Amino acid sequence: MSELAVSARPAQPTLLRRLILTAGRHREVSLLVVMILLGALVAVRAPQFLSVSNLTQVTTLASIIAVAAVGQALVIITRNVDLSVESTIGLVAFVVAEILSARTLGVPAAIAFGIGLGLVLGMINGFVVAVMRVPAIVATLGTLSIYRGVDFLLAGGKQVTLTELPSGYTDAATATILGIPLFVVIAVVILAIVGIILRQTRFGRQVYAVGSNPEAATILGIRTRLVVFGAFALCGLCAGVAGVMWGIYFGTINATAATGAVLQVVAACVVGGVAIFGGSGTVVGAGLGALFLGFIQNALIIIRLSQFWLEAIYGLVILTAVAIDAVILRRLRRSIGARSRG
Amino acid sequence: MDDRTSAPAGSGTDPAPADVDASGAPRGRGVAIVGRLARWEVLLAFVLLGLVWLGASLSPVFLSARNFSNLIAAVIEVGIIALPMALIIVAGEIDLSVESMVGLAASVLGFLYAAGYPLEMAIPAVLVVGALGGLLNGVLATMAGLPSLVVTLGTLALFRGLALVVLGPRGISGFPPEFSAFGFGTIPGTPLPWPFVIFAVLALVLGFVLHGTWIGRQLFAAGKNVGAARYSGVRVARMKLLLFVLAGLIAALAGVVLAARLASARADAGEGMTLTVVTIVLLGGVNIFGGRGTILGVVLAFFTLAVLGNALRLANIASEIQSIAIGVLLIISVVIPTLAHQFKSALDRALRGRRAPAGRVGPGEMANP
Repeated sequence: MSELAVSARPAQPTLLRRLILTAGRHREVSLLVVMILLGALVAVRAPQFLSVSNLTQVTTLASIIAVAAVGQALVIITRNVDLSVESTIGLVAFVVAEILSARTLGVPAAIAFGIGLGLVLGMINGFVVAVMRVPAIVATLGTLSIYRGVDFLLAGGKQVTLTELPSGYTDAATATILGIPLFVVIAVVILAIVGIILRQTRFGRQVYAVGSNPEAATILGIRTRLVVFGAFALCGLCAGVAGVMWGIYFGTINATAATGAVLQVVAACVVGGVAIFGGSGTVVGAGLGALFLGFIQNALIIIRLSQFWLEAIYGLVILTAVAIDAVILRRLRRSIGARSRG
Repeated sequence: MDDRTSAPAGSGTDPAPADVDASGAPRGRGVAIVGRLARWEVLLAFVLLGLVWLGASLSPVFLSARNFSNLIAAVIEVGIIALPMALIIVAGEIDLSVESMVGLAASVLGFLYAAGYPLEMAIPAVLVVGALGGLLNGVLATMAGLPSLVVTLGTLALFRGLALVVLGPRGISGFPPEFSAFGFGTIPGTPLPWPFVIFAVLALVLGFVLHGTWIGRQLFAAGKNVGAARYSGVRVARMKLLLFVLAGLIAALAGVVLAARLASARADAGEGMTLTVVTIVLLGGVNIFGGRGTILGVVLAFFTLAVLGNALRLANIASEIQSIAIGVLLIISVVIPTLAHQFKSALDRALRGRRAPAGRVGPGEMANP
């Protein structure tokens, strides 16, 4: 019926359409371009935006979100979502700080414990979703409040302050390796590891398979539920690392640490082109998305716009990104459909 | 209304095979009776009674009229929002943004009132804001075809951000006494707080629409199978759009109620409310995948959560720790039906297996003999 209209389209793709499609296929590149344009725009108004100290600050903070976003990307690629990451980050940050202030464990052991705790919390999510078959949105909405409740249970009203921590512990937040902030190095390393897992390993390919078509994946003999469990466990692990970083960065930690951070983490993924429909997206995209959000936050401060705008802008960014995703998906389907027919 | 409300859920858990068994094996009749007793609403009513008993044994004031009105008032906004949310989830969508709409409504109300507008003008304006916010959700989720989970996650941030932009960190108080009386006071002669009227009317109207009209039937159809509903002439997109508008409007109304009850309007009003709203809806037996649920169940779940929160408070358990209980409840309310379903099909299989000669049919393939 619409054969004519459909096949006529790709014959003469307008420049704009081709541009949109190319940009859509390479979300990472287009995000970089947008960031450079935005950076240039802000830098014209406020040159200090491009100073080394400012860039260090932006990238350090963005690294924490990026680490959590890498884990979240894994989960989203399997067509699930983990809303509990912010509680995991908060709980890990507090527990590590508490252990260190009480001097129960040394610094490396405490950090390992924190990351392990993140892994366990992620495995609980995975168990509830994959084994008990609770939809991810419900399961992680539940654990979001359970983990936060446990945080309150442990912390009560108190907070661990910077002075109670071992001296030098929080220096890691400002440390650099060859001039690059340590946090950025950590984020890049984690990004690379998870990126390689996704691209090169059987598990990684299965993650994409499960996300793009769960039924087909099952028929192919992929143990879908095991893959989903693994994705949630890894997401918890990443959130654990992010929690440790959060604690180091902020120093003073109470039970409300990282409240609301899940929006940034999910937004980073969505902006980075990790399709919420599952089955596509890269961790590089998620990392760039985190950097993009960090840039926006910083730009707001520099051009002296109220921080109150921040949350509204995050919302707009999420909405814009999904809308673009949907448009591109529709265009792609149309052009693929036409090509296979022609 | 009772009979009508039970119809859709009853048809979902079809007792027909058990009845067939009942004529033959005595165990089959047992299954049928258990199946009927295990109706979610009945179960929930027992849980509610148990909690009331628990609360009464915890503290002598629990059964007082004053405590009853406190207990209802403490969660009335959540209950009001849960009703349209139930319809949205039945239709197979979700709206995470309602808690931010509560904040935006409170902010706009406070801002307008502080700017000198009377409440008679401010409240309608707030409701318009709510409807517009819901319209935005609806347009993006239905016309643009985006998943409502992400859309409303985006507007969750957007509405909260706008609330902060409108009012900033300040709180507005000093509302006229009648407004506060609406929030604090009870209907003369009863222990029911005034906002309960909104809840009750909304429950009756939405219950009637969902279980007694063609609109409700189309809603269930859309939630169960979008494609089939569309082919049989249900205008799914338009219906969902209207549901989102309704949810936004009601959330704004809940924001007004909250401002009246707290005698203060703040941008952070309603933070974290979505969890409780979704818990009430799912605890009420509404299927998270859509297509099944009753308003009666949601109303029962509302009372259950109100009593639970009150009992925990009487036991001096901090509100932050109550969130553990709510989170567990949320997960359990989805796990139990799944487990029950698996148990039932396992039982059916075992019964069938006993009668059939050592079957060659694997457990996965339900070949009809």
